[in-house]
Amino acid sequence: MKTRLTSDARRALADAGFTRRAFLKGSGALIVTFASAATFDRVNGVFAQGFNGTGSNRLDSWIAIGQDGIVTAYTGKCDFGQGLYTAQMQLVAEELNVPFDRVRLIQCDTSMTPDQGTTSGQQSHPTNFNTTNLALAAATARETLLQLAAVRFGGSANGLVAKEGVISASDGPSSRRVSYAELIGGKKFEVQLDPKARRKHPREWTVLGTAVARVDMRDMVTGRFEFVHNVRVPGMLHGAVVRPPSVGATVMGVDESSVRDVPGLVNVVVKQNFVGVVTQKPWHAMQAASRLKVSWSAGTGLPSQRDAYQQIRTQPAADTLLVDSGDVDATLKSAATVVRATYQHPYQMHGSIGSSCAVADVQGDKATLWSATQSAYPTRNTTATLLGLKQENVRVIYTRGAGCYGINGADTVTYDAAMLSQAVGKPVRVQLSRKDEMAWENYGNLFAIDQRIGLDAKNNIIVWDYEAWSAARGGRPGYNTPGNVVTGSLLGLNPAGFTPRSPAPPPSQPLNNGSNTAPSYIAGRVRDSQNGAGIVRSERVLSHRVRSPFFTGPLRAPERLQNTFAHESFMDEIAAHVKADPVEYRLRHLNHARLSAAIRAAAKAANWQTRPSPRPGQRETGVASGRGIACVCYEGDNGYVAMIADVDVDQASGQVRVTRLVVAQDCGPISNPDGMRNQIEGGAIQGMSRALGEEVTWDAEKVTSIDWRTYHPLPLGFAIPKIETVLINQPDVEACGSGETAITVVAAAIGNAIFDATGARIRTVPFTPERVKAALAARRSQSTA
Amino acid sequence: MAITLKVNGRSQSVDVDPATPLLYVLSDDLALHGPKFGCGLGQCGACTVISNGQAIRSCVTPVSTVANAEIRTLEGLGTPEKPHPIQQAFIDEQAAQCGFCLSGVILTAKAFLDKNPKASEQQIQQALSGVLCRCYVNVRMLKAVNRYAKEAAR
Repeated sequence: MKTRLTSDARRALADAGFTRRAFLKGSGALIVTFASAATFDRVNGVFAQGFNGTGSNRLDSWIAIGQDGIVTAYTGKCDFGQGLYTAQMQLVAEELNVPFDRVRLIQCDTSMTPDQGTTSGQQSHPTNFNTTNLALAAATARETLLQLAAVRFGGSANGLVAKEGVISASDGPSSRRVSYAELIGGKKFEVQLDPKARRKHPREWTVLGTAVARVDMRDMVTGRFEFVHNVRVPGMLHGAVVRPPSVGATVMGVDESSVRDVPGLVNVVVKQNFVGVVTQKPWHAMQAASRLKVSWSAGTGLPSQRDAYQQIRTQPAADTLLVDSGDVDATLKSAATVVRATYQHPYQMHGSIGSSCAVADVQGDKATLWSATQSAYPTRNTTATLLGLKQENVRVIYTRGAGCYGINGADTVTYDAAMLSQAVGKPVRVQLSRKDEMAWENYGNLFAIDQRIGLDAKNNIIVWDYEAWSAARGGRPGYNTPGNVVTGSLLGLNPAGFTPRSPAPPPSQPLNNGSNTAPSYIAGRVRDSQNGAGIVRSERVLSHRVRSPFFTGPLRAPERLQNTFAHESFMDEIAAHVKADPVEYRLRHLNHARLSAAIRAAAKAANWQTRPSPRPGQRETGVASGRGIACVCYEGDNGYVAMIADVDVDQASGQVRVTRLVVAQDCGPISNPDGMRNQIEGGAIQGMSRALGEEVTWDAEKVTSIDWRTYHPLPLGFAIPKIETVLINQPDVEACGSGETAITVVAAAIGNAIFDATGARIRTVPFTPERVKAALAARRSQSTA
Repeated sequence: MAITLKVNGRSQSVDVDPATPLLYVLSDDLALHGPKFGCGLGQCGACTVISNGQAIRSCVTPVSTVANAEIRTLEGLGTPEKPHPIQQAFIDEQAAQCGFCLSGVILTAKAFLDKNPKASEQQIQQALSGVLCRCYVNVRMLKAVNRYAKEAAR
């Protein structure tokens, strides 16, 4: 198979005096290098694994040690800006007892790294930093090396110490020393991962647990870092795509003569409803795509956005009951008080700052793809399907794109590049236009959520009823559903099937709160199990999933954010209703030590004043200040967070200014405190942007939020809050995630703070000035009624 | 048409359609990694370069209009081994996540501070109001720019 390394890797190979072919011939092993030759300018890693090797039970699939003692690790979890690359290097350095700068890491290349599926859902920390996968590989390697040293010394491994890549006998003569390179350098381990290999306890850590600086930072800030957008392959052409003008439109005809005069035009490619152009230069590709005359059928039409939250309640739905104690209606009937409210969350987009880009080189029955997909192996399989090639003949090389926050256009543009390259038989680079990125990506789902609770005479919650409608279509393509994103669909492949099912069967499995559909305050009892974080035992969690006209897919804290907005805002309403302090009232209904600890830590750091909301003595004019809290057990058991927001609400303009966010977060043992802090800060402000401004819009035919004037994120110049983070280190428990935890609670924390400041409750995201003013006006009409 | 560009202190001749936006010439013909195509509409800042001391959006600047200008891209400020002080401030604050927006953030701030060395924190924030960072590294980025501003003013 023809293979290419990244240009940095090629340069590094040349600098080191190797051509790959010569090296392969000489040693039978493939040499590889870190993606950035500017940071590590010598090639040192030896790769001792065949192409297309997955073999995740084999140590050689994960770790190789060179004759120079350099440790090269292979991971199937990639860094798209969250700092995982550096953290995984720390992990390898820690477990193997080698200095950090002696570690190299290769991430997500289907010809070299283990298949770890998709990097998403803050699953990488739990997956690779506990007792399996990369962590286990590194621990197995250390123990194997100790065994090898013991054999060489002619004794037992007990009493041997591994330090800085050298093993020595702790009580023996100083001559008993052997380096990793001497033991195994350039050779394979030929052992399986050993489930009994001991991970170091976090209290023993010297590299993990410290704020190691990002290894890619210097290259990024000096403009050296190679993004997928910068990949250049010899002979590469440039493609652009022409998407339908409206949702559901199909190609009636293409007038190729309309672009005949575009300089450097190579080809116009039409395959079912997929239309693209290929030119010599990127600027001409963009021009050809905008000039190409395509006749399209009318689209299928879109439901009115104004009625969207009502419309989804009337569609055929697939219903799911997560929890049903069977007594909810009766308990509500007997309750002293019933409180109810409806919360709504719009479609939002990933809106990557760089429109998505990929490079494909399809030559005959082989293909190489440079892609920013979070799913290297799944993308290999789906691209092979689209190209009609064998999976083993397709190589996907993960190359970072702009921050994705979930499934942005990276997967679909990989398919675009592959199709165009196959059509012209040359390497093709495609970068989407801003509009094509925004109008056709897989949005975060729209939600309408009804909740009811019942109180007993002492104002305790005794019943919680949650019922939600959400709209979805497609999702991640996974290994076999390329129709889940627009390009696959235009090529005639269907998105994942949808079968309405109503009523939902009774819950039979223990509560899995992976989408945070269940509020934290319910017991979550199913049969003999009880997986909830709370104490409310009369409980029902019912979801209706309907078909969306738009592609949807995971967007940072997918569904967890929408659900948590509803739960945590509603919890605040209930506390206000019974005139209880929102912190105290939450703690009273929780049965979860780690979440309660996070709440207490946030309250302490924020100097929380115990009192009910709204704040007493507020005037209904001018700027009003308030505070709000929200919390969540992310995915039920993958990170615990509490956030306290302070806001100023300008009651004349409806402008909300967040002045402070205090975030207490527990993700188990902390692998890199600065990386964790960076994720919390970014998540908190991204959450503000989503809470205050972001909403996908559409008309009767098409999406109308297609650039940064029609979709409304916060810019850099926005008055940012003071952010205070409390990192709760838990050395004795398993690692869990920290990338999506903080963002999950932001909308509720801000909404609760607005209520505290003004007495106005906003139940629909985003909290635009118009919506805030409407809520303030409704408050006045209520108070005068 | 042959156009001579002065980029990062070097004169280079390129044969391009004069209407081509500068960004395409920089990133494609000259293979520079710093300026990025973010939106192609001059809205996000990812394509920013400094032209004759002014931060401009290269995605909407026809190359013919900057033929004689001194153009500086992010890689023209400093190197990984010897970063410019504003780049060093970003390293010190670890002020990036994906890093795609950095041309907009760093070069907009630098061009502004070159002209307004005594700018207040609020004025700096204002100067960055048209720049987007979708990872929302706002806190660290503003800290880094203010750190550089204070050091440069000394």
